[in-house]
Amino acid sequence: MFLLQDIIFYVLAFLSVYIQVFFFVTFLENRKRIVVREGHPELSSYPAVTIAVPCWNEEHTLPATIQSLRDLNYPKNKLTIFLIDDGSTDGTWNIIQKFAQYPNVKIFRKENGGKHTALNLALENTETDFFGGLDADSTIHPESLARIMSYFEKDKSAMAVAPSVIVYNPKKFIQNAQKTEYDMGVYLKKMLGFLGAIPVTPGPLTIFRKKVFDDLGHYRHGHNTEDMEIAYRMHKNHYKIEYCNDAFVYTNSPSDVKKLYRQRLRWIYGFINNTIDYRQVLFDKKYGNFSFFTLPVGVISILAVSYLFVRIILFFGYFVYSKIVVLSALGWNFDFRVPSFDFFFIHAPAFSFLIALIYSLVIFSMIFGRKMTNEKRIFSLDILYFFPVFILIAPFWFFQAIYSTIIRRRPAWR
Amino acid sequence: MNNNIDWKKYLIVFLITAGLFVTAIYLGNYFGDKKLSQLEFIQDQISIDILSTETQFSLLSELSCKNISDSVFAPELGELGSKLEWSENNIGATKEVVYLRKYYSLLQIKDYLLAKKISERCGAKSAFILYFYTTLENCRECKRQEIVLTNLRERYPELKVYSFDYSTKLGAVEAMLQIYKIKDTELPALVVNEDVLSGFQSIDELEKRIEKVL
Repeated sequence: MFLLQDIIFYVLAFLSVYIQVFFFVTFLENRKRIVVREGHPELSSYPAVTIAVPCWNEEHTLPATIQSLRDLNYPKNKLTIFLIDDGSTDGTWNIIQKFAQYPNVKIFRKENGGKHTALNLALENTETDFFGGLDADSTIHPESLARIMSYFEKDKSAMAVAPSVIVYNPKKFIQNAQKTEYDMGVYLKKMLGFLGAIPVTPGPLTIFRKKVFDDLGHYRHGHNTEDMEIAYRMHKNHYKIEYCNDAFVYTNSPSDVKKLYRQRLRWIYGFINNTIDYRQVLFDKKYGNFSFFTLPVGVISILAVSYLFVRIILFFGYFVYSKIVVLSALGWNFDFRVPSFDFFFIHAPAFSFLIALIYSLVIFSMIFGRKMTNEKRIFSLDILYFFPVFILIAPFWFFQAIYSTIIRRRPAWR
Repeated sequence: MNNNIDWKKYLIVFLITAGLFVTAIYLGNYFGDKKLSQLEFIQDQISIDILSTETQFSLLSELSCKNISDSVFAPELGELGSKLEWSENNIGATKEVVYLRKYYSLLQIKDYLLAKKISERCGAKSAFILYFYTTLENCRECKRQEIVLTNLRERYPELKVYSFDYSTKLGAVEAMLQIYKIKDTELPALVVNEDVLSGFQSIDELEKRIEKVL
């Protein structure tokens, strides 16, 4: 007889396999369209672009961010850089002021009001047809902007183009785990791009046609995830989001568990609450794969990882309990013997094959994602770091995000 | 924006996923069946071993005890017991597993009777423990008792432990329960060299009793 937990397991396993197979089939359909360009793309014209850098206490990372903008291989007279100090309390404003001397840089200072207010100030002052933000903890590859603009040139219906965000110079275990996650994200977002179902226009260098904001309004708070809210709003209004996989942006990743936890809590909280806000989009065929694939995938991922976590905890709980029983039966004076190996005791029920299949497809997406980011060490053991971090820690921010949603307590930005 | 959903793709992915599921279930069953046939093979081997020992005993008992004492104990019996228990935990109490459990109980009784007979006639030093248990829900101490017995068996190779599930519906097992007046409310129960002990027995207590006869 099937127990309830078996039913939950098999339903989640079926959905997880379905999602992975769906991504893989999308890959097979579109593999010839995945191109990673080496040099500068040929553009028939260079449209004027404004890139805004909202800053809040970013004195350590900001200089490199601005320098990378200045190093962009894009005509200087076509690129306007806005530096906006959103009420920093450190030396950010001093750094910003140093760049005021350049003709294509404009600087702004305002009271702290959140990232979306800084971006909106920039939008109010934007005179170009293209607008983008760049987080002050990120740097850009010199060709990224031109590569993004080539997507707009090729496809007049593209309203926003998102870049590939990669972890910059990972040193610690936790940063390597994130690097693998971001590399996998490059592959998955490219597939979502083919499906017209990208759920977020990342803060680091997504470029929009200014028309998006003129038509749909400016940024909103979006539960501290304004880059997700605008993407949802665009899908709701049938505005196309593309993904430029070879426009690389390097971002500084959280260097310890606490910082990572806060960041992810904010993201997941944003996902849950934006999805609730835009629930009318869910399972409505008017909104395409975004409605039938992307949003359900997010929900299923949260459920599957949480369920897996509970199973792991129960397994370890049982393991510890059985050791306590042995201890209580034999006392401390039992001798340890190496158990003789016998293939008979290798358990191979149906679900182990399904889990092996899911992990194989996950590892494939990591490896292919690394290939797409021009990573030299494609087969590195670093990719294994992903699993302990995201299997054992992620459930905590999932649980807290759900809890915070229920009690309506919004997580802080940092 | 192209919002058309490719329903055909959704369906094809569904069929592929269903196919993978069916394959996984088939593979799971295949390996489960293979384990059961492995168990059957071990049972048959033990059955032949016991029959052979019985025959050997009948043929040679009058002449010499030396020739038979080495081969009388079927060492595979312990291995079979642990594999059977593993199968009950991991494959579940399927019809095949329940059948194998009955067969195993019968083999144990035969081995016990024969080993006792040989031990008496040839005067070999050996200790016997009959262990009666039931499911974990109805016998909270059975797990601990089992751990103690496994440990003892490893420490004393001459010790023979025969375990019987109280709920096994087999005449021979029921007869044993009657002979030793084992009640399901007093499990775990042990018969150590003909003494009936109810409830959990510590390793020290059992060791004392074993060392008396070995």
